[in-house]
Amino acid sequence: MARRSGSILNRLLSNPNPSSPFTLPTRSITYMPRPGDGAPRTVTLIPGDGIGPLVTGAVEQVMEAMHAPVHFERYEVLGHMRKVPEEVIESVKRNKVCLKGGLATPVGGGVSSLNMQLRKELDIFASLVNCINVPGLATRHENVDIVVIRENTEGEYAGLEHEVFPGVVESLKVITKFCSERIARYAFEYAYLNNRKKVTAVHKANIMKLADGLFLESCREVAKSYPGITYNEIIVDNCCMQLVAKPEQFDVMVTPNLYGNLVANTAAGIAGGTGVMPGGNVGAEHAIFEQGASAGNVGNDKIVEQKKANPVALLLSSAMMLRHLRFPTFADRLETAVKQVIQEGKFRTKDLGGDCTTQEVVDAVIKALE
Amino acid sequence: MSRRQSISLLKNLGSRIQTRSVTYMPRPGDGKPRPVTLIPGDGIGPLVTKAVEQVMEAMHAPVYFEPFDVHGDMKSLPEGLLESIKKNKVCLKGGLKTPVGGGVSSLNVNLRKELDLFASLVNCFNLPGLPTRHENVDIVVIRENTEGEYAGLEHEVVPGVVESLKVITKFCSERIAKYAFEYAYLNNRKKVTAVHKANIMKLADGLFLESCQEVAKKYPSIAYNEMIVDNCCMQLVARPEQFDVMVTPNLYGNLIANTAAGIAGGTGVMPGGNVGAEHAVFEQGASAGNVGKATAEEQKNANPVALLLSSAMMLRHLQFPSFADRLETAVKRVISEGKCRTEDLGGKSTTQEVVDAVIANLD
Repeated sequence: MARRSGSILNRLLSNPNPSSPFTLPTRSITYMPRPGDGAPRTVTLIPGDGIGPLVTGAVEQVMEAMHAPVHFERYEVLGHMRKVPEEVIESVKRNKVCLKGGLATPVGGGVSSLNMQLRKELDIFASLVNCINVPGLATRHENVDIVVIRENTEGEYAGLEHEVFPGVVESLKVITKFCSERIARYAFEYAYLNNRKKVTAVHKANIMKLADGLFLESCREVAKSYPGITYNEIIVDNCCMQLVAKPEQFDVMVTPNLYGNLVANTAAGIAGGTGVMPGGNVGAEHAIFEQGASAGNVGNDKIVEQKKANPVALLLSSAMMLRHLRFPTFADRLETAVKQVIQEGKFRTKDLGGDCTTQEVVDAVIKALE
Repeated sequence: MSRRQSISLLKNLGSRIQTRSVTYMPRPGDGKPRPVTLIPGDGIGPLVTKAVEQVMEAMHAPVYFEPFDVHGDMKSLPEGLLESIKKNKVCLKGGLKTPVGGGVSSLNVNLRKELDLFASLVNCFNLPGLPTRHENVDIVVIRENTEGEYAGLEHEVVPGVVESLKVITKFCSERIAKYAFEYAYLNNRKKVTAVHKANIMKLADGLFLESCQEVAKKYPSIAYNEMIVDNCCMQLVARPEQFDVMVTPNLYGNLIANTAAGIAGGTGVMPGGNVGAEHAVFEQGASAGNVGKATAEEQKNANPVALLLSSAMMLRHLQFPSFADRLETAVKRVISEGKCRTEDLGGKSTTQEVVDAVIANLD
């Protein structure tokens, strides 16, 4: 650690704003492991469609360069398959952790979303996206630091629809106390454990009084158990506008399924784009890490051909995964390297205004690792 | 038009504010005053509708208002209101606040359903002189107003489990698509984007998309594309200049309209209206249920610009285009000068000060 401390001190001294929460985090703590903690863990890997294989390849390279005690069991799943293969589900149940590229859900009839299916089978009820300004990446909005916690299993995306008679379709949105309560509990627990000050519930209970009303009731009940955390509610249309007007007012947001999808994407957009925001899906027993927002967006063909997809989101998500697997030093090293690369600004893919390929960004990250 | 008006018009031609040098030739009898139903509403509603009344009087516009007292917590619309609107065909509305929680259903939605106002239109554009984080925004969001997620059909199956129905019909999807393309055609717009989530809600949003695709075939000169709603939200905040006209079902439209209004300057300045085959209700563009905080009401510094621009849309709808032009020019000039702005635009003026500035700027 001595050699690392030297460069850490160097960086601390050269940083112009050491009090900002977003100084490249360097920890001068030593993590004392238990014997056997270094045993390699197996992680299920689903490269997916489109840019998926490209960005998961990036993660594999970086993990190897770091000699992280993680090895991947790769499974081939494509968005147009009818269902997720049995062996993949078994593998995730066994390993408890999965890393996923994107799975594109085809528009139109026939095939239901495999992203959704995975989440339901493994009961992964919370989706978390951390949308935060990355230093060095100029955006129109400053001071963005929003965590969107979205209910993942019910609500509008349950896929329960039927054609009553030709030309009339009914789609069911189901809200239950059970699911609303556990997502509210998760959100407050997250805020508590991460020293967050405020939780905002997003809803449209003036129109959908029973459904979103039930969601709000659950949030309010849980809020009572956390008097140290401020709780407020905001109607979703006003919320969208406030997000683009004054994003600094939001801290943690808890939402049902559909609003969460849209709010997460909007928040990711204002903070720099879905190419850089990390995120994950977690349940009581399993966790799946993928790029923060837009899990179904696998880029267009051009990006796949030219190999210019942005690996940053998945790299930061894999850092979250390393923390989840209790390998914090590796997570810190990875995040520091990625943030340094972004801040220097020399290696950026097209969505961030640069022109590099995925491989160039990966090489830069590997070089920035100590 | 008088000489004095022409001279100030010519002066204005040099400035950035658009002025028309067209003379509208009316038919005899076109100047007859038209009655318009007026619903001041709750919260800041009465404040901003009063602003419109003052400006209309100052312009001597051939419009007179029949006010009705409606509040968001009433159980149903008062008697006489619907008859009045059906007679006058046009209504101007402040906001009606829908209480959160059980008991009272939304009167905004009620009004739209009773009068079958199936299209809600919000025009979100950058106003010269008003700095925002996003440039080149000029988006019109056309949103289906009667069905979809806001139909209010919900029930508690068993305690702790609630089902809410989202109904999409071919009939409604077709007519909103037809309206959107017709709007684009009549207003020289180049592109219509359909916003959906048909990869997840395949049947419901799939039906909506089919209707849009069918109508698009009849307008080969207008570009048509589709975008999934979550990607759309992100594109709106990343590159809003790619959007022109957007047609959406009910819920997505609500959120997209508010986001677009926010990036273009805020819901306090965007005009909008709801239109059906026979009636039209004009109100501030997005967030019709947002009647401001109590402080805005007390200090009387609500922003009247949105409703003033919507009333200009209303004047055009009533076939009084020169009055509409004068009103819009005056409002845009006030905003561009930047001296009289309410709190949401970063200034400190009261509603009355803004109204006086607009009246002073009318030629």
